[in-house]
Amino acid sequence: MSDWLSPQDGDALALSLRVAFLSVVLSLPIALALAWLLSRKRFFGRTLVEAILFLPLILPPVVTGYALLALLGRNAPLGHALAQIGIVFAFRWTGAVVAAAVMGFPLLVLSIRVAFDGVDRRLEDAAETLGARAWRRFATITLPLSLRGIAAGCVLAFARAFGEFGATISFVSNIPGETRTLPIAIYELLSVPGGMPGVQRLSIVALFVAIAAAATATLVAGGMLRRGNGHGR
Amino acid sequence: MIAFSMRHAFADLALDVAFESGARTLALFGDSGAGKTSALNAIAGLLRPDRGRIVLDDRVLFDSAARIDIPVAERRIGYVFQDGRLFPHLDVRANLVYGAKNRDDARDLDAVVALLDLAPMLRRAPSTLSGGERQRVAIGRALLAEPRALLLDEPLTGLHAEARRQVLDYLRRLKRELGVFTLLVTHHADEVVALADEVVLLAGGEVAGRLSRNDFAARHVAEPVRI
Repeated sequence: MSDWLSPQDGDALALSLRVAFLSVVLSLPIALALAWLLSRKRFFGRTLVEAILFLPLILPPVVTGYALLALLGRNAPLGHALAQIGIVFAFRWTGAVVAAAVMGFPLLVLSIRVAFDGVDRRLEDAAETLGARAWRRFATITLPLSLRGIAAGCVLAFARAFGEFGATISFVSNIPGETRTLPIAIYELLSVPGGMPGVQRLSIVALFVAIAAAATATLVAGGMLRRGNGHGR
Repeated sequence: MIAFSMRHAFADLALDVAFESGARTLALFGDSGAGKTSALNAIAGLLRPDRGRIVLDDRVLFDSAARIDIPVAERRIGYVFQDGRLFPHLDVRANLVYGAKNRDDARDLDAVVALLDLAPMLRRAPSTLSGGERQRVAIGRALLAEPRALLLDEPLTGLHAEARRQVLDYLRRLKRELGVFTLLVTHHADEVVALADEVVLLAGGEVAGRLSRNDFAARHVAEPVRI
């Protein structure tokens, strides 16, 4: 593969995989908590939370990237405060993780929420009568019975993060080896003379990753349909 | 000993139920919609009555006036649901010990497994069990949590004749060998006659009468169930 892909191509692929993977892993605990709240609790401001959750899906990604820059850029109050303790996102690969996480977050939360909604609440009631408090009910009943939906959400969010372009380039720009992810590398090659072979190479790589993600999602979702979201019958 | 009173307004039914009993096995008997399962849910804590007071063996579980409402997980009520509600992702053994006080001590498990003849099915998934087997596992699971009271919600409904007879036999064995207070909800007179010491009749969300087992048996032309 190294003969076929240039070192820069390899860097872009590795960065994209790392960014996509970390964006899902790091946002998963928050997505689980939010999905559980939305699925199980009625609280003031719930509709507003849901509306805000959808924003990254509706807004042009470039606008989301600009919003991240306005919030977490070095000159923004929050970004400045974080920089004081050594946490910098703007124009760093860690910022690409944040951008990918934000863009994939709605898909992750919505998939997990649907999975939680599909768990028979009466099973949680049964567990409660057997002495299980909230956390144990979640860990031993709700979570295992939602695993397929959670996995499907992770695959979707990973695929979304892997293809992320607009928010990433607005927030962390295009720095080779730091923030130049695969889609950004393809975009750059498109705009330079003689870049077309590179575009084709990276597009084929992107295609394979997309097929792998889609196949995984289909397998996981297929399993969900067959097993009734993990209910076993 | 149980002292129960509750008032609760549902969209289609107003419940106003009160009874007291010292019977070891008490039946709530009535047609569907009479409020039987709601009474059980209130005892288990799964339904919070608008008003009422529920006392089990001098332990106040719920008292709307005194603002007492013991959390479900702390009530130690063994609830055997009509549909069993076994956890589908856990095998029979894991279902049984889910609420066990001492999950590492196999002695209680062994005793319940022997009592309900569950040994051959310990490694099986709930989806592979018959209706009668599922109910036996549900009863065993409730018992292993060392409940102060056992609530049986139509435990034989949906079972075919042979399975009904089988589960009924186990319930009678349970009654003989364990001293736990049992509240049986049913709309089958023969189950009342077979298991209960006393019967509270429910109709339209209210108590319509209270009878001893023998008086109930005399009034209802029911096929007696033999051991």
